Amino acid sequence: MGVVKFSTAAIGVGLLVLAFAHWLKLDYFYFAGYTILQFIVLATAWNILGGYCGYVNFGSAAFFALGAYSTVFLHKLYPLPIPVLIVIGAVVSGMVGLGMGYLTLRLRGAFFAIATLALAVVLQTLVVNWEYVGGSRGAYIVSSDTIDIAGIQINYIEYLFVLMLALAVIALATARTIERSQLGFGFAAIRDDELAAETSGVPTLRLKLIATALSGAFMGMAGAPFPYYISYLQPASAFGLEYTVNSIAMPMIGGTTSWIGPLVGAVLLGTLQQYATVTISSAVNLLIVGLMLVGFVIVAPNGLVGLVQERLCARRGS
Amino acid sequence: MDISADLVINAIVAGLLLGGFYAAVTAGVSISFGMLGIVNIAHPAFIILGSYIVYFVNINLGVDPIVVSIVALPVFYALGALVYQVYYLSFEKRGQESLRGLAFFFGLLFVTEVSLILVFGVDYRYVKAAYIGPSIHIGLIDMPLRMLVPCVTALTLFGAIELFVTRSFLGRAIMAVSQDQLALELMAADPIRVKRVAFGLSIATASIAGALLVIIQPIEPSVGRDYIGRVFAICVLGGLGSMPGTLIAAMLLGVIENLTSTFYGPSWAPAVAFGFLLLTLAFRPAGLFGR
Repeated sequence: MGVVKFSTAAIGVGLLVLAFAHWLKLDYFYFAGYTILQFIVLATAWNILGGYCGYVNFGSAAFFALGAYSTVFLHKLYPLPIPVLIVIGAVVSGMVGLGMGYLTLRLRGAFFAIATLALAVVLQTLVVNWEYVGGSRGAYIVSSDTIDIAGIQINYIEYLFVLMLALAVIALATARTIERSQLGFGFAAIRDDELAAETSGVPTLRLKLIATALSGAFMGMAGAPFPYYISYLQPASAFGLEYTVNSIAMPMIGGTTSWIGPLVGAVLLGTLQQYATVTISSAVNLLIVGLMLVGFVIVAPNGLVGLVQERLCARRGS
Repeated sequence: MDISADLVINAIVAGLLLGGFYAAVTAGVSISFGMLGIVNIAHPAFIILGSYIVYFVNINLGVDPIVVSIVALPVFYALGALVYQVYYLSFEKRGQESLRGLAFFFGLLFVTEVSLILVFGVDYRYVKAAYIGPSIHIGLIDMPLRMLVPCVTALTLFGAIELFVTRSFLGRAIMAVSQDQLALELMAADPIRVKRVAFGLSIATASIAGALLVIIQPIEPSVGRDYIGRVFAICVLGGLGSMPGTLIAAMLLGVIENLTSTFYGPSWAPAVAFGFLLLTLAFRPAGLFGR
């Protein structure tokens, strides 16, 4: 399937989801759906660097919060439409990703991972000390209940849902395109054997920087509409560890080598968490995610997609 | 701001005491990451686990925190050996330590933290001991025993590890494994066994570091996260695997962090370690005292 065909199909599926949501007429569906779509974007973004290149990013929450706080900052300065804020969030997070990568990606992979872990702590320190964006008290972003687009009144949550749906489609299409392009082959070469790739003429540092910037940019995009969704943004919620753990666990559980993995993981874990948060408690549901992550990396290193592939191969073999 | 000499001196002394404690926190990572090349980002979680065990025994039986942590050493050693065995079989043997191994340790960190939240809640907990509260005054300098006792314990622990690694047979085997694993195999020694012992040892230090942590400050389950950046910054700055380098880097970070929180406010202190880490990685990745 070509890029255009796939994008059309993805948009088609997106429209179907939207039509279903519209038919359901349930505000809760939009709220829950927004969270799951947000996780699809985050998991796909993480996988561009983690799954394709093999570099672990523990700073998903930091990049997400960068996008969210760019929005808060600009909201106080001059209100802009959300699509513009998403682009700005992408640029800010992408630049930070590029800078971090430039400083640490020339070294062993572990150093990059450690630096991203520490990045979250430092950015949180900065935000907590920055009164303009609310400091440790947090910031209120009040939006109207409905929004007027081309003369039609739309529910605000529906509007946010549509935006996130579009982002998810774009992220998945990008990931799939990368996978099948020369860029993707370069990434895979880095993941499998960086030294061999370097000696075969793959510009490893440049490719790693592209992956880090792209991955960071998508995380920033996912974060940019978040203040409007939550309407009261605190550093602790924007930098929540659940974003980091989910954006790692979802691709790991789904499967890291293709774009389907993060999608499957995000839909599965996202739905499970929506259910568990309502019925049990949010701490227990995070424990479940953590245990699933540990279990999957030990028992099924290639995730659910890998398990299905193995099953198919075995059947074909017999 | 009026900067007086005794304020600066006291900040430096307090920083040195804090640095001693940081050295104990980093000792385990210096062994696992510095010598064995295992990126155990879950180390702070083991430290917090140690803190809670100490807290639990101290509150219920009234035993001194440091004594509890010494009694718990074998348990932590066994835990470490077990974790290494799982890590080796699932990741190191299959050559997947860089991506999945890291995710594994991150999962451990997360599961430990959430489990502690479920058991103990997010309230701050503290221990009771005779030396928490009083302090010694020498001239201008004011040394709280709450900081002095952990610092002395940490230095003792650090000295013991250094002696063990450089003098004992097993310690030298650990050094050998960190330098050339293949050579060790050719000498008919089992590098996996040596590494298991070393990793067990590194987790065992978390028990003592945990006791020191809960003496110094009240704890809650997510406190450990603040230490990840610090621990690895010290480890890298000191030069991987160099114990004296680690000690000096820990003292340096302690002093600079304390000066920062004295003059700019404690909310800025966490950023110091990260700045250090990034600068070191960018300009001198071998660390100040690396080979």
